[in-house]
Amino acid sequence: MASVVSRACVAAARCQLASLLALAVPVVGSLVVCALLLLPVGAGFRLLPPTATALRSLSDRARARAARWTGTHIGPPPELTADRALGPRRRAGAVLADEGFWRDLAWAWLEPAVGGLLVAVPLALIEYGAFGALVQPFIWRIIDDGNWYGFIPVHSTATMLAALALGLALMAGGLFAAPAVLRLHARWGRLLLSAPRSAELARRVERLTDTRERALDTQAAELRRIERDLHDGAQARLVALGMTLERATRLLETDPAAARELLLDVRRTSEAALRDLRDLVHGILPPVLADRGLGDAVRSLALDSFLDVHVEAALPGRPPAPVESAAYFAVSEALTNAAKHAGAREVRITLTHEDGRLRAVVTDDGRGGADVADGTGLLGVRRRLDTFDGVLALHSPPGGPTTVTMEIPCALSSPKTSSSCATD
Amino acid sequence: MRVVLAEDLFLLRDGLIRTLREHGCEVVAAVDNGPALRRALLEEEPDVAVVDVRLPPTFTDEGLQAALEARRRRPGLPVLVLSQYVEQLYANELLAGGEGAVGYLLKDRVTDTEQFVDAVRRVAAGGTVMDPQVIAKLLARGEARGTVGDLTPRERDVLELMAEGRSNAAIAGGLHISESAVAKHTASIFARLGIAPSADDNRRVLAVLAYLKR
Repeated sequence: MASVVSRACVAAARCQLASLLALAVPVVGSLVVCALLLLPVGAGFRLLPPTATALRSLSDRARARAARWTGTHIGPPPELTADRALGPRRRAGAVLADEGFWRDLAWAWLEPAVGGLLVAVPLALIEYGAFGALVQPFIWRIIDDGNWYGFIPVHSTATMLAALALGLALMAGGLFAAPAVLRLHARWGRLLLSAPRSAELARRVERLTDTRERALDTQAAELRRIERDLHDGAQARLVALGMTLERATRLLETDPAAARELLLDVRRTSEAALRDLRDLVHGILPPVLADRGLGDAVRSLALDSFLDVHVEAALPGRPPAPVESAAYFAVSEALTNAAKHAGAREVRITLTHEDGRLRAVVTDDGRGGADVADGTGLLGVRRRLDTFDGVLALHSPPGGPTTVTMEIPCALSSPKTSSSCATD
Repeated sequence: MRVVLAEDLFLLRDGLIRTLREHGCEVVAAVDNGPALRRALLEEEPDVAVVDVRLPPTFTDEGLQAALEARRRRPGLPVLVLSQYVEQLYANELLAGGEGAVGYLLKDRVTDTEQFVDAVRRVAAGGTVMDPQVIAKLLARGEARGTVGDLTPRERDVLELMAEGRSNAAIAGGLHISESAVAKHTASIFARLGIAPSADDNRRVLAVLAYLKR
């Protein structure tokens, strides 16, 4: 209950702030209009870019407030060109051609009338309610006739109490309406301030092009690595094996003892070739991951690690194979970092799936101070997650602890096999 | 000795059948997929099952699952699991019941037929056989964590072979030392690691493995 009341009070205070800001917006809006009007006489060209930028910073703040206060995401339009090298005419032209600018301007003029009025509703209720509940009890004796509160003529103790009750009800109504009104206000803001659809799409295309390019790069590099490993490893060993066999065959009649030595050598080489192939395959797709899925694969990582690793996996199904693989190697990298660089002793890994997102959190008790930009490891992981619209967040204050959080949007398939054994 | 064999690659299955027959084992069923293995384990009541981890139709750990399931129904059913890879996780699952009579070996090991058949016999007799690679990983981990720190190199060798499930005689043969020297080393290892010594070979392996897994 207390938290509900305090949330309502905070929302009411925010309404107050929003209403004051709604009055400030048209001031900047009118400066922009002045600049527009001065365009024919030339001065407008110099005035328009700075005033448009000021308006944009106001609208940017309104977007940020909507996100902070109500969680409403308003995608920002592309930035106004701030290239000072261009002449004032070109810059003003760029502003005029910008769809986001006109949206900002429309918002600047409509915000006080619509948004301002909207947030004023709970404020009016609260303030008028306060007048009834806190002021009427003291003034009704002084003012005799014509003292009305709402629809109540206050001239006796009974009517004063009625006014008190009404005032309290209005205050409560205002307070509890405040959060909803704030949300409505944010939605109204989104209506005007969100980036034009074309800009959203352009941004998406740009991101997809970018991540696709990187995914192809990564894939090509991976294929090159596999090719090199096969060439230098198993393939080379098989060639050596063939040569040794050839020599052993020739020696079979003349020197059986030497032939026997060579054949033992052949066996060792074939074992080494198998080992190479095994390591290679393990690096491409770890068998436990293929057999059992992410939870058990991470448990297997934990068992192989030299640190104390605790795994909590609560996945009711399996993510798509590429996502599973990306998440596995991401967790593996985080675990390697904890052992190699953080000097950690204990690591905690949780795997969950909520709201259509696979979430992996790796926390170690090491010395902290890690930075994604420092090594190529986490940077590579971030690139790999990018392909799936996944994100990686690193929180590593000096002195630790370090927490790596990874999220990848994906759906889970229906549960198949999962192990029934606890392993940590 | 009645053996049920599950291996999906024809060449390997054929080779294993030959090897086992040559060494006097009776292969009562040789199957190439999970469901058939489940049936064979139920119907044949073998003395030991030799099972490949990965089997059709799913090509996941079907063989291992079937083996674990059969051991849940009949605790202590001897099972030797073969795999292209050894995974600590799977080794733990096989050892989890604590009954012994399990083996977990890399497929590479079948090339040494004597050793392979010896492993089958030890498992059938209720022993525990772990692949050297599983033990090497466990020991490396133990060393990094400082849990097996103050053993002499010789004691470390003995511990390694002991954890693989070998008897004192086999350890002595492998390291070219006398059996009494092995007994001295094992006593010293148990004292240093704080493991209660046990005359029973199988219980000894399980205790050592439990210690290394910490």
